[in-house]
Amino acid sequence: MIGLSHYLTVAAILFTIGIFGIFLNRKNVIIIMMSVELMLLAVNINLVAFSTSLQDMVGQVFALLVLTVAAAEAAIGLAILVTYFRNRGSIAVDDITLMKG
Amino acid sequence: MSLLQTADAVAALPEILLALLTMALLMFGVFSRRDAYGAVSAGAVIALVLVGLLVLLGDGTQTAFGGSFIVDPFARLMKLLAMAGSAIAIILSGRFLAQNGMARFEYPVIILLATLGMMMMISANDLISLYMGLELQSLALYVVAAINRDDAKSSEAGLKYFVLGALSSGMLLYGSSLIYGFTGSTQFPVIASVLSASGSSLGVIFGLVFILAGLCFKVSAVPFHMWTPDVYEGAPTPVTAFFAAAPKIAAMALFVRVAMGPFAEIVKDWQQILVFVSIASMVLGAFAAIGQSNIKRLLAYSSISHMGYALLGLASGSEEGVRGVIIYMMIYLVTTVGVFACVLAMRRGGRQVEAISDLAGLSRTNKGMAFVFSMLMFSLAGIPPLAGFFGKLFVFLAAVKAGLWLLAIVGVIASVIGAYYYLRIVKAIYFDEPAEAFDAMDGEVKTIAYASGAFALAFVLIAQPLLALAATAAQSLF
Repeated sequence: MIGLSHYLTVAAILFTIGIFGIFLNRKNVIIIMMSVELMLLAVNINLVAFSTSLQDMVGQVFALLVLTVAAAEAAIGLAILVTYFRNRGSIAVDDITLMKG
Repeated sequence: MSLLQTADAVAALPEILLALLTMALLMFGVFSRRDAYGAVSAGAVIALVLVGLLVLLGDGTQTAFGGSFIVDPFARLMKLLAMAGSAIAIILSGRFLAQNGMARFEYPVIILLATLGMMMMISANDLISLYMGLELQSLALYVVAAINRDDAKSSEAGLKYFVLGALSSGMLLYGSSLIYGFTGSTQFPVIASVLSASGSSLGVIFGLVFILAGLCFKVSAVPFHMWTPDVYEGAPTPVTAFFAAAPKIAAMALFVRVAMGPFAEIVKDWQQILVFVSIASMVLGAFAAIGQSNIKRLLAYSSISHMGYALLGLASGSEEGVRGVIIYMMIYLVTTVGVFACVLAMRRGGRQVEAISDLAGLSRTNKGMAFVFSMLMFSLAGIPPLAGFFGKLFVFLAAVKAGLWLLAIVGVIASVIGAYYYLRIVKAIYFDEPAEAFDAMDGEVKTIAYASGAFALAFVLIAQPLLALAATAAQSLF
């Protein structure tokens, strides 16, 4: 029988993969954006699993709100990335080093 | 039963009005044939003043939208401060953006949207409205950081801010989902009553830590401060002035609301986290600023350490501590705005200069600006009888009363170390060989800088009513 703890474990694993994706990846900013989405989806799994086990609709409403905000966030992130690419001609993470210290 | 009941509409009237005015200004900007930047900027400031008056009219404590939105004296005071910060940022930006080819009418509109998000954050009484307000503010701020889209530094600042901001929102959200799961509700009062009945479980502690991490990022406290120096340096100066003032107020208000609302019953659990964060911020801010040569980077580290002092008040977990935080943020807002007005006036031949060495001998080329700049630096360093001293005094007193001796002692030591780099600027202004003179200050920049300097000098005289105001606001949380 698959219970709440299984869902929470999957979500925790996805969330951790997302965080590691942001910090370990040195190649491409797009991968960072994918990692961010992964984190948000892990949160959604959490919310929906809790919502079912608590028999409470609020969690699902929260999950829908998170989906909407994630879309807006991705749109803005990509827009900023496009202006960055126009200025520098690269989106490699290692090149984002104009400012340091 | 109508979806939007009258009582809800009345409690959220300032937010509703601000949203409508923002939309109206956006439409005006899109459909006007001429360049609408000036008109939309003026309209944005007027909108903020109108909404501010509306906030002032409110009284007592009301909740709305099924308890997810709360308006109390604390929310009102913090909203007024945040709106003042935004309005001043728009005024400071006016001529600068026009001179540097960034005069787009979207800029004031985005600042208004960010302000709307801040007001939602300050009034949040539910994890969902907290997230909504926080994201509305953050998404607007990402865009503002990259507003100079032809400049590599500005878009890099926007990109860095976006990536780390999205990470912190994700952590905050993960924490929210755990809190929801382990307490069974997203509403702050319900969470508080569940926690007071059953104490904290491991799941709640995990959720609390994630939420605090997300909030620490928003107030740029160590260890989530990495974005601050880069964003401060890369963003255009008036945008930096905006970042340093209004969002910090809103994020700190949210921090206080979350700590004193849903988690008031488990003070012991978050107190040790805040003690660490506060010590780390004060010390890192003081040491890292010493080696900086760019004034905006230096101010970034200065703001990190100031957030440490404000969190020191919150860490004491008492009503007095919250009063200290409110006073600290008030003083921080006014002095920061003044300092950035001075930084904006660092212009030679129409070009902005940002090195500390450019300030050399300012006392001989521009006496007024030199005096105001030095007074603000003394105030930031916390030298009596200037405003900054009283801000620090009240948070230290609260920490000592709460038995956090060590924290208060570290705070005093950090502020002595911090005084070194503030005094270094004063030394450059008064004792170094004069560099070339700056261009004449613009009228509005001059007014704001001088008003801020006057506030820092005369705080002793107006302290009584401000203290009473902060005390009333703090009282409403307990």
